[in-house]
Amino acid sequence: MTEARTIRVEAISRVEGEGALHIRLQDGQLAEVQLNIYEPPRLFEALLRGRALEEVPDITARICGICPVAYQMTAVHALEAALGVSISPEIRRLRRLLYCGEWIESHALHIHLLHAPDFLGYDSGLDMAADFPQEVNRGLQLKKHGNRLLEVLGGRAIHPINIAVGGFYRAPRREELAALIPDFEWGLQAAIETARWVATFTFPDFTPPYEMVALVHPDEYPFNAGDLKSTDGRTVKMEDYEREFEEVHVAHSTALQSVRTAGRTSYFVGPLARINLARAQLSPTALRLADELGLEQPCCNPYKSIIARALEVVHVYEEALDILRDYQSFRPSRIGYQYRAGAGSWATEAPRGLIFHRYSVDEHGKVVTAKIVPPTSQNQLQIENDLSTMLPSILHEPDDQVALKCEKLIRSYDPCISCSTHFLKIHREEIPCRPPGV
Amino acid sequence: MSTRPTLAVFKFASCDGCQLSLLDAEDELLAVAGAVDIAFFPEASSRMLPGPYDIALVEGSITTSHDAERIQEVRKQSRFLMTIGACATAGGIQALRNWGDTAEFLQAVYARPEYISTLATSTAIADHVTVDFELRGCPINHHQLVEVLSSLIAGRRPRTPTHSVCLDCKRRGTVCVTVAQGIPCLGPVTQAGCGAICPAYDRGCYGCYGPVKQCNSESLGDHFIATGSTPGELVPLFRNFNGYAPEFRAESDRLARRAEGV
Repeated sequence: MTEARTIRVEAISRVEGEGALHIRLQDGQLAEVQLNIYEPPRLFEALLRGRALEEVPDITARICGICPVAYQMTAVHALEAALGVSISPEIRRLRRLLYCGEWIESHALHIHLLHAPDFLGYDSGLDMAADFPQEVNRGLQLKKHGNRLLEVLGGRAIHPINIAVGGFYRAPRREELAALIPDFEWGLQAAIETARWVATFTFPDFTPPYEMVALVHPDEYPFNAGDLKSTDGRTVKMEDYEREFEEVHVAHSTALQSVRTAGRTSYFVGPLARINLARAQLSPTALRLADELGLEQPCCNPYKSIIARALEVVHVYEEALDILRDYQSFRPSRIGYQYRAGAGSWATEAPRGLIFHRYSVDEHGKVVTAKIVPPTSQNQLQIENDLSTMLPSILHEPDDQVALKCEKLIRSYDPCISCSTHFLKIHREEIPCRPPGV
Repeated sequence: MSTRPTLAVFKFASCDGCQLSLLDAEDELLAVAGAVDIAFFPEASSRMLPGPYDIALVEGSITTSHDAERIQEVRKQSRFLMTIGACATAGGIQALRNWGDTAEFLQAVYARPEYISTLATSTAIADHVTVDFELRGCPINHHQLVEVLSSLIAGRRPRTPTHSVCLDCKRRGTVCVTVAQGIPCLGPVTQAGCGAICPAYDRGCYGCYGPVKQCNSESLGDHFIATGSTPGELVPLFRNFNGYAPEFRAESDRLARRAEGV
């Protein structure tokens, strides 16, 4: 007789979007680990075909309500590459500022409301607020600043409307942005407090050998320009992304997972990858703080992503303040272009990691093909590998404890499952879409 | 036992942005969380309690047969069911498949489309179950969400503005982009709620809040044609995030027929 044991997390909580985890054991040995994504497919790449290229930033924003700017930024850069458009330094700076807003909003949410409860033993950030009112309120204020910046610059926080191929529909007036400076000065100090706070958490001892990948630029912290650098020493030009990284269709499932083309191995993207690969480009305050908090160089503990995220919040506050203080309104807010048939690809850094888009367009400005690789599809195989590494050491524990520990590991990646337009794993008979009792 | 109303948040095919709007109400979030018993909101809390629920917020559209069954269960468990956002209210951007060939769409995205189980259409929640209130928007406005929740907690029927975006541009003092710049703008036929953002940023409204009551989309379409747009250019303007809402759908279909010379 063989003995089978199955551990299921029916709905992974405190992640963006909906997913489940299935662990199957046979005779006490780990047989299978699956991060099971049951988000229904929305078929973005297909429905973009035939749309005007000007609509692409508006449509791709709808892939993700938490990181719409990442989709918009990657889309406009890829389309500008296809059209041969060069943006002005003023537009480039304003785009960095926009990304600062999204990083603050997304990171502050994850740190304070989604991730910190794991370290402090709460079901949610809202429950945690009773015992940690100062920390939760600080997190909400930081998040609000990020959203406020997105509102001023993008028109609104979720699905901003001011992002155009070639630049912005309208450059904000100086006074609109200058009004944010006092909040951002407070926020920089508050972000430092948050980083010091999360560094006091107790982190499991878990440091697998990772290959980490991030967009690295000689003069600036990873956002929307540079080359893809790996912790194994390799550097890949953005236009060679599809040669070096591949979406693989795993035979036994419906997953599309990104792997390194050579060796079909997993890789790790996100805040920890960025800090490991671009620590020297952190703002002065963030860099000093990284040293003060003793973040290892490199750090390969995924749970410490919360520290990396907090240091990045400090960095983006400081960078945003620099841009806000120097800002003068400018014209043109949008660089003009002529339609031409062609293709363009680009990668940027979403809050949760590298994101890649490629488009081909025709001579009438219509999309012919689109390819979108979200950060979480790039981390998915790494998450599964991490779980396989961790599980043998905790299998003696009860199922609920095993499940909880797995969920905590998954949450440290800040997975964004709604972005999963094409990394589905669907097992019809096991889809646990129902809440208990429903 | 708590006497606070229980709140549940359910997700179907969507981007998560509308339920995120609740967490984006930073100033009111802790007060709202204190006034209700958050019984099921997986994005925010690991605590998941069984139904029935007093208030259910439903995000997303129905695109799989499994979800078509699940919404029936959600309805049974929910005293007051409110849809949040364009996906739940009109099918969302993914409803573009309703005009296309979903099998071909799957082939374009997936190497092994036979593994993917999905319906040929993306449809609104109200096509499947009775909906007690619809909160419009792509995304919804978190001020409206807090207002509606406050009404429900106080036992009042929620009310949201039903005038067009045009009126909000006048209030905001924005010069009309259609009149002054000739930009096609859906403001006259779109329900208010966003704050008339797009024209304030020098672009036309693209209809995030869906058709306003008794809108005359045909007249607006004809006006754009009379001022230089072609019917073919106008089809995607009506056929986007709320494209499958009946009024916008009828107009985009009319324009498409006209573009084809039918």
